[in-house]
Amino acid sequence: MSGDQADSSAPPDAPWLPVDRRRFVEEALKACAAGCPLILAVMRLPAAAAQGPAEEAGYDPTEHLYGMGIDIQRCIGCGRCVAACKAENDVPLDGYHFNTWVERYVIDDNGEVAVDSPNGGFEGFPPPVTETEIRRTFFVPKLCNHCANPPCVQVCPVGATFSTPDGVVLVDEQYCIGCRYCIQACPYGARWFHPAKHVAAKCTLCYHRLVKGLVPACVEVCPTGARIFGEVEHRPTPLARFMRMNEVQVLKPHLNTRPKVYYANLDGEVR
Amino acid sequence: MKVPQQVARLGVVFAAAIAALLVARSLLVPETFGELGHYRAAAIDSIAAHPKKYAGHQECAACHDDLAAKRAAGNHRGVACEVCHGPEQAHVDAPLDVKPPAPRDRGFCPLCHAYNPSRPTGFPQIDPVAHNPLKPCITCHDPHAPVPPAVPEECSACHGQIARQKALSHHANLPCVTCHQAPQQHKVSPRTVRPAKPLERAFCGRCHVEGARGPAEAPRIDLEEHNPRYLCWQCHYPHDPKTQ
Repeated sequence: MSGDQADSSAPPDAPWLPVDRRRFVEEALKACAAGCPLILAVMRLPAAAAQGPAEEAGYDPTEHLYGMGIDIQRCIGCGRCVAACKAENDVPLDGYHFNTWVERYVIDDNGEVAVDSPNGGFEGFPPPVTETEIRRTFFVPKLCNHCANPPCVQVCPVGATFSTPDGVVLVDEQYCIGCRYCIQACPYGARWFHPAKHVAAKCTLCYHRLVKGLVPACVEVCPTGARIFGEVEHRPTPLARFMRMNEVQVLKPHLNTRPKVYYANLDGEVR
Repeated sequence: MKVPQQVARLGVVFAAAIAALLVARSLLVPETFGELGHYRAAAIDSIAAHPKKYAGHQECAACHDDLAAKRAAGNHRGVACEVCHGPEQAHVDAPLDVKPPAPRDRGFCPLCHAYNPSRPTGFPQIDPVAHNPLKPCITCHDPHAPVPPAVPEECSACHGQIARQKALSHHANLPCVTCHQAPQQHKVSPRTVRPAKPLERAFCGRCHVEGARGPAEAPRIDLEEHNPRYLCWQCHYPHDPKTQ
């Protein structure tokens, strides 16, 4: 064991060192360079295989801009929309997770406003209990407003939530890191944390139905036509007629989120 | 000119770092990220591929055309099949294996038709406790074409609270139409077509001025003197028993 051994190219008395350091590094770098494309190709394979079915034939998202209208005077608080949404979108059946829910406003003779939503309205509403006479009372269905200027999309640190070209705000389940910033950012409380998948979840406006030319499940089952679905701009759809025939408002307009869920006959007390 | 050795070595290090960055980026950034915006464009496809559970009433009508026609002509024409029968895509895919449920007990119909003051006025509602207790709704009502509820003649059918209050008031003997003219359309669109209220002081004055005909116990006032800037009912609510 002497210093000159390290300098010789192939020391005969050191079988544990068949190549010298310089050659080893050279060979290793070459192997890395040769292996990189192979590794890349292997990494890409599952991603390519996981590609879902291409967009529905004939569906062009840039041709649409979806929105929803809600007529407060027609809502009977039956909660069928809540039940349909949970069934259609595999929302947990507990009382804490809702894509859409129905609130009941009860304003008593003293002007006190009470808002309740037992289980989101899933099983309907029991008669209201008030200490004084009821001045006025009504139901307000709520859901994600699919804002044109969505705060939830702004705060997402990884780009897992986004607005589609057709104006729907969606969550990429495979890319969401579950940080819950978007849940905090939504001023309408429309987002929730999926207890099993550990990602943010929300109303998709039944995007899987839209691409097939169907209406969202809540609109399909609304028995009184309180929910109206269609295009926000330029197209002769039920929503265009609804917005022409009614004075429509949005929730929390001062936040400049530019919601695409429009309410008709909305009471001033609704928040 | 010859590149100094230390610069060449630095260049190699930089080239290696940039190469490593490019490799890491291509590994870490998902394939379709940035195609449409700051997100994975492929996510749209995977969300769009979610299977639907609600088939839509058009699918039901393809086979059950008789029931669909009956429903379309009846009072439940706006109520889609799957409101009562639940999500039916499984039934559409395997019609013989999966049978749609049909709610036959008294629990289901009251979800919409039990009386609840928050419901819009005019929506047909019953008190499930008092309305033929224990009888399933479908023994009397065909859910595919429920009998149109006869439009009630008397105002108290919808305005029960006012009617009960008025029955105790000094105006108990006056029919509603003495003061309110309700157009026929009010029974169809109760909120858009509203009944009229007296808009002149002289109307109340027909009973309540000095020397007016009418019962002697009706209080008499001088219309010129008595707060002439207000309509009478702005201070004296005519249905209220406590009104003086």
